[in-house]
Amino acid sequence: MKKLILLWAALLIIQSLQAATSFDVNLQDARIDEQDQQSRQRGMKTFVNYCLGCHSAKYQRYERAAEDLGIPKDLVLEHLIFSDQKVGEQMTNTMQPDQAAKWFGAIPPDLTNAVNLRGADWIYSYLLGFYVDNSRPYGVNNAVFQNVGMPNVMSELQGIQEQVCETVPSNDKQNDPEVDSLINSKVRCKLQIQPDTGTMSPAEFEHTVRDLTNFMDYISNPNTETSRRIGVYTIIFLLLLTTLFYFLYKEYWRDVK
Amino acid sequence: MAANPNRSKSETGLMRWIDDRFPLTQMWENHMSKYYVPKNFNMWYIFGVLSLLVLVNQLLTGVWLTMSYEPTAEGAFASIEYIMRDVEMGWIIRYMHSTGASAFFAVVYLHMFRSLMYGSYQKPRELIWLFGMCIYLVLMAEGFFGYLLPWGNMSYWGAQVIVSLFSAIPIVGEDLAQWIRGDYLISGITLNRFFSLHVIALPIVLIGLVVLHLIALHETGSNNPDGIEIKDHKDANGVPVDGIPMHPYFVVKDLVGIGVFLIIFCMIIFFFPEMGGYFIEKPNYEPANPLKTPEHIAPVWYYTPFYAMLRACTFNFWGMVDAKFFGVIIMAGAIAILFVLPWLDRSPVRSMRYKGWLSRIWLGVFVICFIVLGVLGAIPATEERTLMAQVATWLYFLFFILMPFYTRMEATKALPDRITGK
Repeated sequence: MKKLILLWAALLIIQSLQAATSFDVNLQDARIDEQDQQSRQRGMKTFVNYCLGCHSAKYQRYERAAEDLGIPKDLVLEHLIFSDQKVGEQMTNTMQPDQAAKWFGAIPPDLTNAVNLRGADWIYSYLLGFYVDNSRPYGVNNAVFQNVGMPNVMSELQGIQEQVCETVPSNDKQNDPEVDSLINSKVRCKLQIQPDTGTMSPAEFEHTVRDLTNFMDYISNPNTETSRRIGVYTIIFLLLLTTLFYFLYKEYWRDVK
Repeated sequence: MAANPNRSKSETGLMRWIDDRFPLTQMWENHMSKYYVPKNFNMWYIFGVLSLLVLVNQLLTGVWLTMSYEPTAEGAFASIEYIMRDVEMGWIIRYMHSTGASAFFAVVYLHMFRSLMYGSYQKPRELIWLFGMCIYLVLMAEGFFGYLLPWGNMSYWGAQVIVSLFSAIPIVGEDLAQWIRGDYLISGITLNRFFSLHVIALPIVLIGLVVLHLIALHETGSNNPDGIEIKDHKDANGVPVDGIPMHPYFVVKDLVGIGVFLIIFCMIIFFFPEMGGYFIEKPNYEPANPLKTPEHIAPVWYYTPFYAMLRACTFNFWGMVDAKFFGVIIMAGAIAILFVLPWLDRSPVRSMRYKGWLSRIWLGVFVICFIVLGVLGAIPATEERTLMAQVATWLYFLFFILMPFYTRMEATKALPDRITGK
């Protein structure tokens, strides 16, 4: 049992090492709760309202999401499917790729595997990271993904966010590549929302983005919950079976000198 | 009809009927119930059986994956998502296959280490080692071809990098790489041929080689941790006194090892199938895109030691050979030199238990270098890391090149007459 726990710990450590994928920005912890069905349900609502117009989740079926997240199918048909799609169909949209490329400079990527590809923290931070930048075609830039082609689709909820930068003295050139050694200082920026410009408070908006990230985590890994449930039973069964094998081995080998 | 001395003892019944037509009882006795195995096997001897188990796992899950997989550039990525989401239990089958690939290399590496430790490649078991090395080589090719099939972006660029290695060969290189791809770059044509090789050609070769490996093994009998022949001491019936029948003794013992292995295997499948991006890499969650290179291309962990050697070759070999080509030679040489191992070891004893301290230290150095190279191959290169990889590559080769000398000059311990405990 002790060995088993050690093994478990070792697997956890390898898992947490994460193969080198360098998105060198300071990401915020998304703190999503995979067990929170309601959060994921709210996330689905936000997703179909704000994302699905341009992005697809073309490997995810509405019906499967409804079943897994505990949403009655008639409610899905009524409130979450805006086209004439059937509930068993995949979450696609009608935007033409060539037109999309013209409008945004790139085709909006399919989001089914977005969390697997970039991680929940990245998605969460990215969605919170839009700020006003009049040099960009849509008037916004993103702190996580510089010069991204996507407009801030949730600005009506979030309000107007600006990047405020200040020059702070620093001479730690050795450890911090951002330090300008000529003037011994560095530029530090942070994002600030102008009060009362959005329909949501900053806390409410973060909550909405967290729910959305949680839903996107679900469509990236729809099998996680089933996998863990089956996994526990499988391992209990294998432990019993291996114990049985062990005693069988001891019994047979009694006569080997 | 010529009497078969090993036929079933009963005069009637199904076994007798079969034995008169096919040597079933004889085969069973030759390979199981009267095949004598040294009784001092330790846990290092489980990995042969485990590689057989993983092979069966790969074949079976592969058959089922092929039922739903679509080998085209347009449909491959979507068909994997279809397997993961819409096919009943498809995700388990795929994770069994993807985890199985890593497990295959893990058990094969441990199996090979056992061989190095106890000198299992020495006379008269050179052919077992050679067949085993062929299996390893085919396995690497099998893994490489299979890795392209999900048609993810890392699959694509991984294949691009590896196939382009052939283009480093002078004169014929470019044409050779193009011949392998069947196109100017990795395309649907490449995918189709890799699919064919992955599901038909190489599995057949692999199974054939495994059979040869086992036939050769059962001809000479297994080595053991003491590295002495159990056939030197036989009782009146010609049975080795230190041997016990494969069945039932080692069958029940192996079941315990198989149980432990399955526990680890299932933990990964059900709880850590991506293994933090080492078994299934993050960039592979977007479809292959010839216009978008992943930030950091690294092969899957089981190839990284050799990839590190390739990258370690940063200099032109006295201005005569292009650095990349030199790297390819080093990489190929690192595998090729393993083939001649039985003839490099000149020690009068087989097992590390009786070899001298030089052999032990070199084996330790070799293992450390292999692991260090494995880690270095998985992470982005820096100047210091390249230097480290160069040192490790040198030591890797010196382990083999110096082997004829240190195995002969060192003092070995006296071999026991009979096998010792565990």
